Amino acid sequence: MNCEECGKRPATLHLTKIVNGEKTEYHICEQCAKEKGDVFGGFGNFGINQLLSGLLNFDPMIKKEGSQAKEGTAGTQKPLRCETCGLTYAQFSKSGRFGCSDCYRFLGDRLDPLFRRIHGNTQHIGKVPERTGGKIKVRKELDQLKSALQQYVAKEEFEKAAEIRDRIKALEQKIAQS
Amino acid sequence: MTQQRFMQHPWSNWMKATGPEADIVVSTRLRIARNLQQHPFPMLATDSQAQEVVNKVTEVAQSDAMKARGQFELIRMDELNPLEKKVLVEKHLISPNLAEESRKGAVLLNQDESISIMVNEEDHIRIQVLLPGFQLNEAWEIGTKIDDVFEKVLNYAFDETRGYLTSCPTNVGTGIRASVMLHLPALVMTQQINRILQAINQVGLVVRGLYGEGSEALGNLFQLSNQVTLGMSETDILSNLFSVANQIIEQERAARRYLQEHSRIALEDRIYRSYGILLYARTVESKEASQRLSDIRLGIDIGIIKNVSTFACNELLVMTQPGFLQHHAGQKLTPEQRDERRARLIREKLTSKDMA
Ligand SMILES: [Zn+2]
Ligand SMILES: [Zn+2]
Repeated sequence: MNCEECGKRPATLHLTKIVNGEKTEYHICEQCAKEKGDVFGGFGNFGINQLLSGLLNFDPMIKKEGSQAKEGTAGTQKPLRCETCGLTYAQFSKSGRFGCSDCYRFLGDRLDPLFRRIHGNTQHIGKVPERTGGKIKVRKELDQLKSALQQYVAKEEFEKAAEIRDRIKALEQKIAQS
Repeated sequence: MTQQRFMQHPWSNWMKATGPEADIVVSTRLRIARNLQQHPFPMLATDSQAQEVVNKVTEVAQSDAMKARGQFELIRMDELNPLEKKVLVEKHLISPNLAEESRKGAVLLNQDESISIMVNEEDHIRIQVLLPGFQLNEAWEIGTKIDDVFEKVLNYAFDETRGYLTSCPTNVGTGIRASVMLHLPALVMTQQINRILQAINQVGLVVRGLYGEGSEALGNLFQLSNQVTLGMSETDILSNLFSVANQIIEQERAARRYLQEHSRIALEDRIYRSYGILLYARTVESKEASQRLSDIRLGIDIGIIKNVSTFACNELLVMTQPGFLQHHAGQKLTPEQRDERRARLIREKLTSKDMA
């Protein structure tokens, strides 16, 4: 069998990759494998570019279903791009790689269908950085306390409301200090 | 100078064959991907931006705060020749991508080679922990502590919603990829492996053969790893992998028992033939070597072969790779020369007296 990439050299690598229940087989030569990177030693993601562009091609269909998300961009013809590194959505869907961490913010909700297809989820629930993430944790707690406060005030349970107010003050001080 | 050590000797901590379930789980690997804020990802970084990342990461890795986690030596990819890089890849200490594609790529290695921190691979930082046997939680404990030391000093790219931001969307969230390398000869011999591989993808995991092969993996070695990194906690990712791996281990044990009970002679014949060939052959191709070594490993596990250690099999797995063979010879070799050297290395190893 000849290599599926170049069609010239004999295919010496046979790889089965299973993604979201779909089995794909690759038969390629060592040379092309190297150019694609990441085949030997069990590291990384072979052919992930192809796989991702496959995933991204489904994106327009999904967009039609949930089209509220693109209100902001609907009127303008400007291509969606990261203002920090300049990467456009089109470039991203070709390479399957982000250019910088701000890409996530600029490409925004547009990425949700992709994350859902890869991970089945769109929201992180794991580890939070100890130092910089501390504020995030406190802010989340603050939000919860504030809504609890409103509820107690509405129910005229002022003793409990005062208790919560003290905790909010303490947390706000903690944020201000850090 | 001292970094030559990493290339010269074949053994690494992961080959010790000492961990839990080491008869089936050869090694456990955990990789944590991290990036720095306000630095373009390696793919878009200029040389000087990439160098800055190397400097920052190295400074922390070699600081007092990291001392308790290990003593790290910096190896820059552009200081190595292609064969030396290949050896590090074959020992699983760096990725092929770091060896071949990276700009200003570097790796920080600890003394027993159980921890390698890759810099400017696809992400700025990739902490890899590699342990012998089945040690997922142990690997995570080590990895997360190193992660904490970095995080005290470096500003990570982290987002409340998406988690740790990575160059590739397949790694975002926790940024962790955990994997176990499984030796599954009995499941292959009894032709159950494809059924199992197909079942595995239903639970968010991926299997691939070691050294790039699929269901006909070289040496019956399969790598099982998590695919999902977003929307699952690290603990859930690890325990999911743990329980699936455990089920596969059980099935492999059952298949081994079945073969011993129902095809004892055929099994012994196969193992002894492989042993005999490796003891006397004058040339051995790499594919044959992996297959015969798999037979010998199985022979050791079920008590047929007594004077060879699993450790030696693990060593041979690396020593018989093209990069290591050539680096050891000190020159480029033709495929024929490699096959000859490979045969000799294996003979020497299998008959050496001082083998544990
Ligand atoms: Zn090719
Ligand atoms: Zn960007």
